[in-house]
Amino acid sequence: MNARLATLVLRRVGAALCSLLFVVVAIFVLTAALPGDVADMLLGQNATPDATQALRHALHLDQPLWLRFVHWCGGMLRGDAGNSLLTGRPVSEMLAPRLYNSLLLAGATTLVAVPLALVLGLACATWRHTVFDRVMTVLTLGIVSVPAFLIATVSVFVFAVQFRVVPALSDIRSIHSVGQFFLTFAMPVATLASITMAQMIRMIRACMIDVFSAPYMEMAVIKGVPPVRIMLHHALPNAIGPVANAIALSLSSLLGGVVVIETIFNYPGLAQLMVDSVMSRDVPIIQACTLLFCMTYLFLTTLADIVALASVPKGRGA
Amino acid sequence: MSGTTTRYRVLGLPVLTPAQRVMGLFGFWLVLAVCGPFFAPYAPGQIIDTEVFAPLSHRHWLGTDYLGRDLGSRLLYAVRYTVLICTLSTAFSCSCGILLGIATTAMPAWVEQVAGRLMDGILSIPSLLCALLVIAAFGDSLLALILTMGVIYTPGAYRTSRALALRIARMDYITVAMARGEGAFFIIWKEILPNMRGPLLADVGLRFIYAVLLLSNLSFLGLGVQPPLVDLGSLVRENVLGLVYGSAAVILPTVVIGALTVGINLVLDGTSRR
Repeated sequence: MNARLATLVLRRVGAALCSLLFVVVAIFVLTAALPGDVADMLLGQNATPDATQALRHALHLDQPLWLRFVHWCGGMLRGDAGNSLLTGRPVSEMLAPRLYNSLLLAGATTLVAVPLALVLGLACATWRHTVFDRVMTVLTLGIVSVPAFLIATVSVFVFAVQFRVVPALSDIRSIHSVGQFFLTFAMPVATLASITMAQMIRMIRACMIDVFSAPYMEMAVIKGVPPVRIMLHHALPNAIGPVANAIALSLSSLLGGVVVIETIFNYPGLAQLMVDSVMSRDVPIIQACTLLFCMTYLFLTTLADIVALASVPKGRGA
Repeated sequence: MSGTTTRYRVLGLPVLTPAQRVMGLFGFWLVLAVCGPFFAPYAPGQIIDTEVFAPLSHRHWLGTDYLGRDLGSRLLYAVRYTVLICTLSTAFSCSCGILLGIATTAMPAWVEQVAGRLMDGILSIPSLLCALLVIAAFGDSLLALILTMGVIYTPGAYRTSRALALRIARMDYITVAMARGEGAFFIIWKEILPNMRGPLLADVGLRFIYAVLLLSNLSFLGLGVQPPLVDLGSLVRENVLGLVYGSAAVILPTVVIGALTVGINLVLDGTSRR
């Protein structure tokens, strides 16, 4: 009975794996096939021909490109992303604490943003064309169309500089109590959440209004079904697919926002490490970070598609 | 929306169509970008005052920045770089995307398969990360920035224009044109393209805003436009210390970015509304 759904899901996962392969190849080609030589760069002034040759051999740079690609992929699969060019420490060792911090920030943001955005998006759709909806539309449009750093700088200016209620930087090593935890995370989570929510609310509102225009909704209203029941029993189940998609897409925009927010608040996360590595051209770290981000992104979008597939009765084969 | 759209003439000005309003607003920014710097009272790099983060005054209308340079002059140059870089990259992404999108409707299926897979692949890398990756590889010259942003936003333009073109290609007048024996180029240029102008314009506008946001974010991170050149994002970055004093040097560039993106977005929002 579920064979149809299983094929659809498998096909979707297959497509995601194809995209992943593309991403892996793109990352490798862009970073490893660079003009210029990493060995020369590493040795700097000490670059005698012998030393360069030895280092090139040690870094497998004298092998053909495809062989290096296979080695690199094998390393990634074993969780060995090589060593940082700058510090010489293993990339995985440098990444692990950062990944934990970033997941903490993203998780907290998701917990705040998703329920709030759902409620506000549904409210906007229910009371569309009222003053509340107009205000929300202008507000979300404003937030969506300005860069992330703008919201962050303005909120630092207002809450940290003018009112002095929260610290301007997120020094997570200074957390010793629950109160401090909330204060430290308040600013980055609030700014990230507002960016993510603005997009979610806009998309959720759009797809709910789409559902509301269906004939069975009019029928439900005429029957005299109470509004809350209409929302929860008639509208929402039919909107799960698009709403899940909207949430996944906005959460993936959180990935972009995280890069800016972590830098502004000096939050020791993955994205900040990546920006620093781009500045210092520390290729192995850039590769590993990009791969992690892209995998998260692919995972989220694929998950949303699967939820959407499973939520349609036709797809379930019922 | 309420089904009727009543437009009132304001002060006897002609009523503009939505497309004209978008083009008008964009034209304003383009003129400002091209001509603005000619009216700058000082060179962008010239230090004119010992007072840093000076407030607005008659000597320098918009105050000075963190090195005591004239903010007004720098702002004019910043608008030039932001608007021109984003215009060029949007022109690149949209012409590639639209051309491919329309062309694949008329080509064998495997071309569409290959192009579609490629576009999906580019789409599966978040835009800011993709930009960081390419900048790490090829450096942050202006040309690299324009091409990077151009490539990043090509898939979006491709998808929109392909969806539009597919819908139009099924129309009767296309069949008629083919029956008349018109060539593929004529059909694309004279039949399909003019009929998707409206929605396409909205899409191009959106890509332009995305480009402005991406460039500003990159420059704010210090990975976009490099000194001595200046764009709006790097203007905010270098003056961010002035935030503590509530200096105009950090507030004005942010306001200009907001005016640019929110303005165009509002006009676009008006076009999609019936």
